[in-house]
Amino acid sequence: MRNVSYDPTRALFQELNALFARDWEAGGQRPLQIQQSHGGSGKQARAVLDGLDADVLSLALAYDIDAIAQRSALLPRDWQRRLPHNSCPYRSVIVFLVRKGNPRGIRDWADLARPGLSIVTPNPKTSGGARWNHLAAWGAAMHSTGSSRDARAFLEAFYGNVPVLDSGARGATTTFVQRRMGDVLVTWESEAHLALREFAQEELQVVTPSVTLLAEPPVALVDAVATRRGVREAADAYLRSLYQPEAQKLIARHGFRASVLAGQDPNPVAPSILLRVDEHFGGWQAAHAAHFAEGAIFDQIQSVAS
Amino acid sequence: MTRSNPSPASAPSPATTKRGFATQRRVLPGFALTLGYTLFCVSLVVLLPTVVLLWKTATYPIDALWSAVSSPRALASYRLTVGAALAAASVNAIMGSLVAWCLVRYSFPGKRLVDSLVDLPFALPTAISGIALTAVYAPTGWLGRYLEPLGVPVAFTPLGITLALLFVGLPFVVRAVQPAVSDLDPAMEEAAVILGASRAQTLFRVLLPQLLPAMFTGFTMAFARGLGEYGSVIFIAGNMPMKTEITSLLIITRLEQFDYAGATAIGAAMLLASLGLLLSMNALQWWWTARGGRV
Amino acid sequence: MAEPLSPGLAPRRYTEPRWLRWLLICIALGFLTLVLALPLAAVFQEAFRQGWRVYLESFLDPSALAAIRLTLWVTAIAVPVNALFGIAAAWLMARFRFRGKTLLVALIDLPFSVSPIVAGLMLVLLFGSQSLLGNWLREANLQVLFAVPGIVLATLFVTFPFVARELIPLMQQQGTEEEEAALLLGANGWQMFWRITMPNIRWGLLYGVVLSAARAMGEFGAVSVVSGHIRGATNTIPLHVEILYNDYRFSSAFAVASLLTLLALLSLVLKAWLEWKITRDQDAHTRDALDGAATGTQP
Repeated sequence: MRNVSYDPTRALFQELNALFARDWEAGGQRPLQIQQSHGGSGKQARAVLDGLDADVLSLALAYDIDAIAQRSALLPRDWQRRLPHNSCPYRSVIVFLVRKGNPRGIRDWADLARPGLSIVTPNPKTSGGARWNHLAAWGAAMHSTGSSRDARAFLEAFYGNVPVLDSGARGATTTFVQRRMGDVLVTWESEAHLALREFAQEELQVVTPSVTLLAEPPVALVDAVATRRGVREAADAYLRSLYQPEAQKLIARHGFRASVLAGQDPNPVAPSILLRVDEHFGGWQAAHAAHFAEGAIFDQIQSVAS
Repeated sequence: MTRSNPSPASAPSPATTKRGFATQRRVLPGFALTLGYTLFCVSLVVLLPTVVLLWKTATYPIDALWSAVSSPRALASYRLTVGAALAAASVNAIMGSLVAWCLVRYSFPGKRLVDSLVDLPFALPTAISGIALTAVYAPTGWLGRYLEPLGVPVAFTPLGITLALLFVGLPFVVRAVQPAVSDLDPAMEEAAVILGASRAQTLFRVLLPQLLPAMFTGFTMAFARGLGEYGSVIFIAGNMPMKTEITSLLIITRLEQFDYAGATAIGAAMLLASLGLLLSMNALQWWWTARGGRV
Repeated sequence: MAEPLSPGLAPRRYTEPRWLRWLLICIALGFLTLVLALPLAAVFQEAFRQGWRVYLESFLDPSALAAIRLTLWVTAIAVPVNALFGIAAAWLMARFRFRGKTLLVALIDLPFSVSPIVAGLMLVLLFGSQSLLGNWLREANLQVLFAVPGIVLATLFVTFPFVARELIPLMQQQGTEEEEAALLLGANGWQMFWRITMPNIRWGLLYGVVLSAARAMGEFGAVSVVSGHIRGATNTIPLHVEILYNDYRFSSAFAVASLLTLLALLSLVLKAWLEWKITRDQDAHTRDALDGAATGTQP
């Protein structure tokens, strides 16, 4: 069985796969080998469209799986309703990573528009994670000002402070931590905690803004491929196992917010307001069309900035 | 790639000049066999994918193609890609020729080592060149940390892209100019000295004109290579749309958005530009040789 | 590649003053240090940052071993195919004139200058499941993209011109006298090829092979588009380096990178040795030609 996933889940799925393979065999089934493929979310979706055999998808955005469902007959269009919690067994929120002691005094989104500040965030055109960041910034600005004109002005100031747009989320973290570029990194909570673990903990700290976006990376069964390769039953059981308590505990341990198991959140500071793409942006199709399509808000802001 | 004679298409082989086309074809065997096999390989490996790309491009509506190829972001990426490749190829044409000159004319300790090292960019995987250059020139890197306070940020700027292209293009110039330097006719220099020319005059009026065609060949090859370079650039470029986004990255960006038409259109444009550049370089060299200049 | 036949060709009084000579050497070396030597040193410094143990462990990881195996396989397939092509193309280009030769040369050179991303894109358009051929392959249950054949094809494309480019000038330089003589003396085409042509070009051929092997092992962009990044199955060494780098395992990334760098350096050493062989053969060749009072078309 093959799981085609995006970059930040590499360590998580290594453990989840071992867990499932053990339980699967213990249940009297034939031993199962689970292959992993990781890469940028959009890149992986395109590979699947072009013929990469994936029995299971676990990508950064519902939009990427939607694209596969729309452009091929690999899985039904209503795939997201087939599993609990919008097909998201794990979630995260968008937070800030700053230098220890928070020397620039960054507390909330509004601080990021200050002139002279330097922000690191990946390129929304190439990185799924960065699209969550972009929408979080927009949503927070909309929440506090209520006008899309002000939100646009905020994002213009925001991107005006970005010196580098790395092509992926991991690249952005490397730029911020290893190359010491920028005052603040906008990233997923899970990735921020991973950076704390992997790099010097005494140099960095996490800031949770008061309003932020719930990042919901979905999983899906690719019916056509799994059936053809004869692993449909296993793939289905695999995805359902992600919602089981043991898997949920692993998920929490890796810094994600477990969807089923409450109270396991790694970050005690919860944002007071949690935005969701479905509620506040009308779903990924609408969000993509308004923000990331050719000539949409992100492009407009970039051409203003130059 | 060493190109001691970079224009096989045009340089007449000795036998041909002496005997002419028809007889030679009868004497040496294998024309049909090698032509057939070469055409077979070229068709399969190069031509087929190229034709598919162009054919695929032709299936999209013309205005969609035009708007993809001529969008402000695409134009900015061409400006950057061509500008950085031109800048790098120009610096390489000068510095690479200097290196070639030193390697042929002077002797110094470690010369053989330096001579071998020049080919490193041919052999080193481009992605590794990219992360290595970033490690040296990033704001926390060995040199970056001194350059940054001086107000010369290298990494994540067009300067960084140029630096990466300097790296990949250098051997093309050195290897093109080296044989030309060692083939310089000493009699010309002697004659110049006897006629009372100073060393500088000899250098610029006698030697340099003879080296120019080779320098130009190296320049064009480095330039052509720079246009398509991806692996070494991507790590050190800032990838900011309109500012530090090279054309290859723009193609990837289009693909990640499932915009096959846009990616294909820009890809086809790049492909045609490369082909045109290579063809005109061959033509130019043919013209140069026909004029009696040495290439 | 040609070292001067006799070093110190220019008499002393025709060269630059000593101070200028050294100034030029220093400028050239300084430039080479900034552009070539420092990045090279950086690879090894980063690789050993966490010591020998981490360095060695980076290679024992099963996915690293799988990547190394795959890369060697792909190289072992791509290089001989391109060597065979290179010999045929060089014979054609150096020995015959025909219509459309300029175009053919440009096509052979195309992989040099075309972006590897475009190369990968072309393969996707050709073999992807959204194409005609891709559908047919799917029905025949043949996997090209995101499997070893796709990686081999991408590697073939990017290393396509290397051997041909090396052999064409070499064959042109050597001229056709010996081969024509062999034919006049009654040899058939294959005898002529194996007894005369092959011995004359063997070092050049080997040199082209070394360069294309180095390039084949290191290709990143084109392979990245068609690989699918399946851990333990379709990751080559450069892709494995990228994954390690993205996993913040910088020392391991640079350690695996240093393996490729060492291979690159090894190929440079091989190349220097081969060049020495080529020059020696050419010297002998020229001498023979003069001794034998041949027609004197050799330069």
